[in-house]
Amino acid sequence: MWIYDKKLEYPVKIKTRNPRMAKYIITQYGGPDGELAASLRYLSQRFSMPTKEAKAILNDIGTEELAHLEIVGTMVHQLTQGVPAEIMEREGLGDYYSDHDHAVYPLSAAGNPFTAAYIQSKGDPIADLYEDLAAEQKARATYENLINLADDPDVIDPLRFLREREIVHFQRFGEALRIVQDRLAQKAFYVKKPDFMGK
Amino acid sequence: MDMNREKLLRELMAADFAVIDMNLYLDTHPNDQRAILIYNVLVQRAKMLRDNYERLYGPLTPMTPSKCPFEWINEPWPWQRHYSPFAL
Ligand SMILES: [Fe+2]
Repeated sequence: MWIYDKKLEYPVKIKTRNPRMAKYIITQYGGPDGELAASLRYLSQRFSMPTKEAKAILNDIGTEELAHLEIVGTMVHQLTQGVPAEIMEREGLGDYYSDHDHAVYPLSAAGNPFTAAYIQSKGDPIADLYEDLAAEQKARATYENLINLADDPDVIDPLRFLREREIVHFQRFGEALRIVQDRLAQKAFYVKKPDFMGK
Repeated sequence: MDMNREKLLRELMAADFAVIDMNLYLDTHPNDQRAILIYNVLVQRAKMLRDNYERLYGPLTPMTPSKCPFEWINEPWPWQRHYSPFAL
């Protein structure tokens, strides 16, 4: 279970509205490499992890990703709050405004709504951990793209924090992968599913 | 949010983040005795800062005794602009 903690993991205090930047940043809310996908991916995969270290790291990183989802949603909210319709439209959010007004809705920068097809949960711990390593790299790259697009220090600062967390998560998933591979006692680069009967 | 509250919140956020990060490290290094010692100190410090903040400014989790009216629903919520302290 989870209990809400009434604070962010990292502060977000954006003084200047910038709907165009919100349109880009929202991709880390509901896009293919976003925080919602990350959280669901890890929290779903944890059920089939074979070692206590892997169960714990997926549980705890999946939980931290929920805090990141909240940070990204907060950024989108603060960047768009109260911006008049004609400015939303001028800044490229006419489509978004039509359907969602100033609400926060999970979609990608290109406007594709969130889908579970962004994630996998394969029941094979090696396959899942490799996916997680790739997911962290893709999220890091996305944050770098967003930082390149941003010019406001109030926006760049939390984006930098989120980018750094992806690097830490990548490191921890790498350690978990090594532990799982040792546990499965195979030196092979690819290890078959533990319950595979060799039929 | 007044300056003292911002300062205390900022300290608590930093202290809790240190715990979160050390927790992830220990998930994959459960036998690192020195790291566990550091973790225990960080947890104690975060708990102290949390208790102090909640005593002054109300509940951070909906599992805290309340006065009437129910204090949990008090604004600001963390996504509101005037909630967050300035960047760490
Ligand atoms: Fe991550």
